[in-house]
Amino acid sequence: MKFNFKNIPTHIILVLISIISIFPFIWLLSTSLKGAGENIFAYPPTIIPKDFTFANYIGVWHRVDLMKYFINSMIVAGGTVLLNLILSSLAAYPLARMEFKGKKFTFFAILATIMVPFQAIMLPVYLITLKLHLVDSYSDTMGFIGLIMPFAVSAFGIFLMRQAFLTIPREMEEAAIVDGCNVFQVFWKVLLPMVKPSLAVLAIFTFIGSWGEFLWPSIVLTKESMYTLPVGVNNLQGMFSSNWRYIAAGSIISTIPIIIFFLAMQKYFISGENEGAIKG
Amino acid sequence: MFKYYGKTAPYLFLLPAGIVLLLFFFIPFFHTIILSFQDYSNSIYAPNFAGLQNYINILHNPTFYKVMLNTIIYLIVAVPILAIIPLFLAILINQKIRGITLYKILIYLPVIVSIVVAAIAFKWLYAEQGILNYILNLFDINSIGWLSDPKYAIYSVILVTIWKGLGYYMMIYLAALMSVPKELYEACDIDGAGFFRKHLTVTVPHLMPTIALVTTISSISAMKIFAEIYVMTKGGPLNSTKTIVYYIYEKAFENLDLGYASAMAVILLVIVMVFSLVNILCFEKGKYKI
Repeated sequence: MKFNFKNIPTHIILVLISIISIFPFIWLLSTSLKGAGENIFAYPPTIIPKDFTFANYIGVWHRVDLMKYFINSMIVAGGTVLLNLILSSLAAYPLARMEFKGKKFTFFAILATIMVPFQAIMLPVYLITLKLHLVDSYSDTMGFIGLIMPFAVSAFGIFLMRQAFLTIPREMEEAAIVDGCNVFQVFWKVLLPMVKPSLAVLAIFTFIGSWGEFLWPSIVLTKESMYTLPVGVNNLQGMFSSNWRYIAAGSIISTIPIIIFFLAMQKYFISGENEGAIKG
Repeated sequence: MFKYYGKTAPYLFLLPAGIVLLLFFFIPFFHTIILSFQDYSNSIYAPNFAGLQNYINILHNPTFYKVMLNTIIYLIVAVPILAIIPLFLAILINQKIRGITLYKILIYLPVIVSIVVAAIAFKWLYAEQGILNYILNLFDINSIGWLSDPKYAIYSVILVTIWKGLGYYMMIYLAALMSVPKELYEACDIDGAGFFRKHLTVTVPHLMPTIALVTTISSISAMKIFAEIYVMTKGGPLNSTKTIVYYIYEKAFENLDLGYASAMAVILLVIVMVFSLVNILCFEKGKYKI
């Protein structure tokens, strides 16, 4: 592409918005790299640290088990993704293909779940989670299950997979049936491999949603060793009350995994094909 | 074909999702409504039937009106900005110019990063001797208490929500822009219409459904704001940033007033359901057709 002078105003605006978008992180990064010898409240502020150091990173890494938070987040996000893939596609198949009593009712019941925000029902969700012993005071495993289950299936996932199944020609199934497959084999061996692109979209957006979830874990978690990254990072504020160098360093470390994930999967986010996939 | 599936197969497929939705959605949904008619103020173990008392208490509590006012401010400020600026950005980014992918990545980054980290980053920008006050001072404006002054705190929190939403809504608009027929723009070019005229006469009318969609989505998410408040202000100062969800959280998990919290939750439920219904019936009908 040749550089076109007509585009200069566009570039100026986009550069400006890009800077606004990343500046809060740049400033956090800058603070995290400033040593004890440098005043982080200095006027005028300096973006490039004068007393450059990694000491804050080493300090926060030794005092806070960020690796543990990362592993906890991986377990919760991984489990949530896996269950969403399985439960959504299982539920979507009959809704896309079969005729059965109560189909309309089932359909509207699932649609109704879209309209009710989790925030409005979180208290009884918490009560039932306690009743089922799905909390970390019982055992770590139960704690993880409790973190995952309320988000194990979503109407969004079911409708996404249903759309995917609807696009598969019926002849594919009929051929498999003629070959002697039963209904579960048709689902597992013929249909699921054909909806892989939709499964990938569902996996990626479920992962992002689960990775950033803050409200639910901050309600159910009682043990620090069970903290997920968002809860752990929020907790840095209390631990290092005014040590902004440490808070900044911890926040930056916690962001690295998701930025790598985003850059690796960027086509799913910015290609313009999967819009509206993340919950707002 | 239908006979082949058998009578039980559909239900077996639906069963796992059904159990999860029953336990973690439908039972809690009805439980919320039941709880809202109970009184837990004496003991959280032995509630009494309270009738509409929780709702009456809410209506007599000045904090409720403050919370609703904050929510309305959130809607009035955040929603129009999130409907307009991302549209403008999407139009700019929907051109064949250099560096588009990089711009998209950078503008989308705040969407991906955890709201907790975003809120911490802004808290640092908003610090008393922080960089934003420095910039104000450069223009001979006195420092302000971004998060500590009840006059400004809600707007500082709203700014974080807007900043984090720009890229998300921009991508929704960008997807919609791809469907606008190119010939219409060519016609405009022949007529010699400028940038703004071109987009006001072609793009905006074509994107009206998307603009409406973005308006309802951003309204619904504005009513569910929690993390920004929890990390930055805890609802303070003087309740000036307390939102509906934070209020429910506080009543339920800090004051253990389950009845009052549930009545508040029912109010949230009704408001969000109205917005969602509009959204589904008007803009996303195709997605949910039987």
